[in-house]
Amino acid sequence: MAAVLGPTVQRKRSILERFQNSPNALGWAFMLPATVLLLLFLTYPLGLGTWLGFTDAKIGRSGEWIGLENFSFLVTDSVTQLALFNTIFYTVVASIVKFGLGLWLALLLNKNLPFQSFFRAVVLLPWIVPTALSAIAFWWIFDAQFSIISWVLLKLGLIDRYIDFLGDPWNARVSTIIANVWRGIPFVAISLLAGLQTISPSYYEASAIDGATPWQQFRHITLPLLTPIIAVVMTFSVLFTFTDFQLIYVLTRGGPLNATHLMATLAFQRAISGGALAEGAAIATLMVPFLLAAIMFSYFGLQRRAWQQGGDK
Amino acid sequence: MSDLNRRKFLEGSAGVAAAVGAGSTLFATSAQAQSITFKPEKGAKLRVLRWSRFVQGDIDAYMANVKKFTDATGIEVRIDNEGWEDVRPKAAVAANTGAGPDIILSTNDDANLYPEKLLDVTDLADYLGKKYGGWYPACEAYLRPDGKKWLGIALGSAGAMLVYRQSHVKAAGFDTFPKDTAGFLALLKGLKEKGTPAGMALGNATGDSLWTNWLIWSHGGKLVDKDNKVVIDSPETMKALEYGKEMYANFIPGTLSWLDPNNNKAFLDSQISLTNNGISIYYAAKNSKDDKVKEMAADINHAPYPIGPVGEPTESHLFFNQMIFKYTKYPQAAKEFLRFMMEREQFDAWLIGAGGYIAHPLRAYEKSAVWSVDPKNTPYGNAVKNMRPTGYAGKLGYASAGAGADFIVANMVAEAASGSKTPKEAMERAQKRAERYYKV
Repeated sequence: MAAVLGPTVQRKRSILERFQNSPNALGWAFMLPATVLLLLFLTYPLGLGTWLGFTDAKIGRSGEWIGLENFSFLVTDSVTQLALFNTIFYTVVASIVKFGLGLWLALLLNKNLPFQSFFRAVVLLPWIVPTALSAIAFWWIFDAQFSIISWVLLKLGLIDRYIDFLGDPWNARVSTIIANVWRGIPFVAISLLAGLQTISPSYYEASAIDGATPWQQFRHITLPLLTPIIAVVMTFSVLFTFTDFQLIYVLTRGGPLNATHLMATLAFQRAISGGALAEGAAIATLMVPFLLAAIMFSYFGLQRRAWQQGGDK
Repeated sequence: MSDLNRRKFLEGSAGVAAAVGAGSTLFATSAQAQSITFKPEKGAKLRVLRWSRFVQGDIDAYMANVKKFTDATGIEVRIDNEGWEDVRPKAAVAANTGAGPDIILSTNDDANLYPEKLLDVTDLADYLGKKYGGWYPACEAYLRPDGKKWLGIALGSAGAMLVYRQSHVKAAGFDTFPKDTAGFLALLKGLKEKGTPAGMALGNATGDSLWTNWLIWSHGGKLVDKDNKVVIDSPETMKALEYGKEMYANFIPGTLSWLDPNNNKAFLDSQISLTNNGISIYYAAKNSKDDKVKEMAADINHAPYPIGPVGEPTESHLFFNQMIFKYTKYPQAAKEFLRFMMEREQFDAWLIGAGGYIAHPLRAYEKSAVWSVDPKNTPYGNAVKNMRPTGYAGKLGYASAGAGADFIVANMVAEAASGSKTPKEAMERAQKRAERYYKV
């Protein structure tokens, strides 16, 4: 065949063949589509967002490079400072509560309960409901005039006036955290449950024979073996919480008195409603160091334990 | 545009309106004096982006007018609807990328963000102004910033007035609704004593927190002066904030958290007997399927905002404009469309369809049946007349838009009213925040 087609084609085919047989070239070729997608839809927007933070762009008007001006303003801006505080408070408290309750729920669900699958499915419900919808439900629950919680407490004679859930700064912070926790628990619980099921029962049997108490079993078997999962789950949980937007936007729009403004909602308010695209982008960029810190913490603090590397504790 | 000019214009056009109004029928008289024609381009098609209706009657009447236009001219018009807060960023992107709808119906100071991207519609605005008794000053402030060139055609405003329960106001000892701020505060106190308090939004409510502008302006305070210098930290603002503090003390608890829908819900549930709102509460009550709510409609009435120490109306409403973009391929068709929609036959039907939700920008429409068919509609008819533009008394643009969207005034009032900051602290903070926007 080669003789019929001539030397040119033969050479061409040999290039193709060489390509097909080269693991390097093939590797790159197969990675190309994914790389393009990532560059186009992830790296480019992220880069653009970061770049915008260093300009004075307005919506629809490309800006000029102004260096750190946005940032130097933002660090002195009282609303941004408050939003940063709110975000950190919201993330830390909500994440700790979600972890505690989520772990507890996972341990409960890991036991042999009647209707086990049913309960496991039900636990996922808050996670399945679209955030905007559950946020609207919470909005009614926390309403200053129509709150069912206030109504019940009033009927029971425990309070004499409706609780101002979203009108008082600290009440509002706590209320939004409760709504966030409600929504975030299923993710933590189900993921940790999956982790729990990978732990071999033989460890528990062996320890039981040695006379370990349930607490000792938890402390010395469950917790260490669950740590890698905890690290991953909590990293994600912290990221979701830190960048929360929908819940706040529906419940309070950042009010009262900006007490629940998170970095994400403030960035939106400044960039889209206010048209100051660059400033909003700068606020969003300001979130990055905190997110990185959270990831680093869980990566180095939780995940890379010596035992994981095969070494002794 | 200077105050002097504005006042002169006001006097002049009021005279015209009065003279014309004395004639047999207002519209017929002035129509004879004016005519203008735009020749639509061949094969023209138009795309219009407008804010979504607040009341069904609005869009029904609007679409009927659009159909009439298409039937008369053969020009196909596609209407897209978006929530009003989403129109603003879309319009800005359209303006600056040079592609998008031919006409955008947007809000407040949008035209001042990209004046050079908008088609000059001075001929059309002059024609409409002369034919229909003149534009209200607020329209000029928004759309004719240099006093010469019109950047767009004013459409009107979604007026917010004081909505109250007649029986409750009477029970509080007021036979008529107070017209000044002193009487208004007495009413708020009376209502609270009777257990039927008032409530006005103090959360980050884009529409319903606009009453805080009225509060500041009515006492002589303002965010910026004519030269865009921030002057919110002033003795006048201080007085306004002290007044606001007393208002808040007589409100129903919880208004700090209120967003746009809260006061509607609380009012329709009889938890409050006075609030600031568009005509939508009354509209909803009147058209409710619940007999109890329907009954309430008879007891609902409306009043303009009381006049403060400055001695003139200082209302703040959501303003609507109509902008034609320079990039349109069919500028003549676009102008013809706006002309058609603003002519009495169409515009009056639209005002009536919207049931008082939209207040007219042209004086002649003070005679529109919508304001007399139900006396409860009447106060809304003066919304554009009594309105000051956002960013009063400065020039409009990115600074006024940004300061408004960041709730600087609303936050200041909420901080002072709730006592979380002293009025002085709240004012200083607002001054600092506003200076950032007006620095550029």
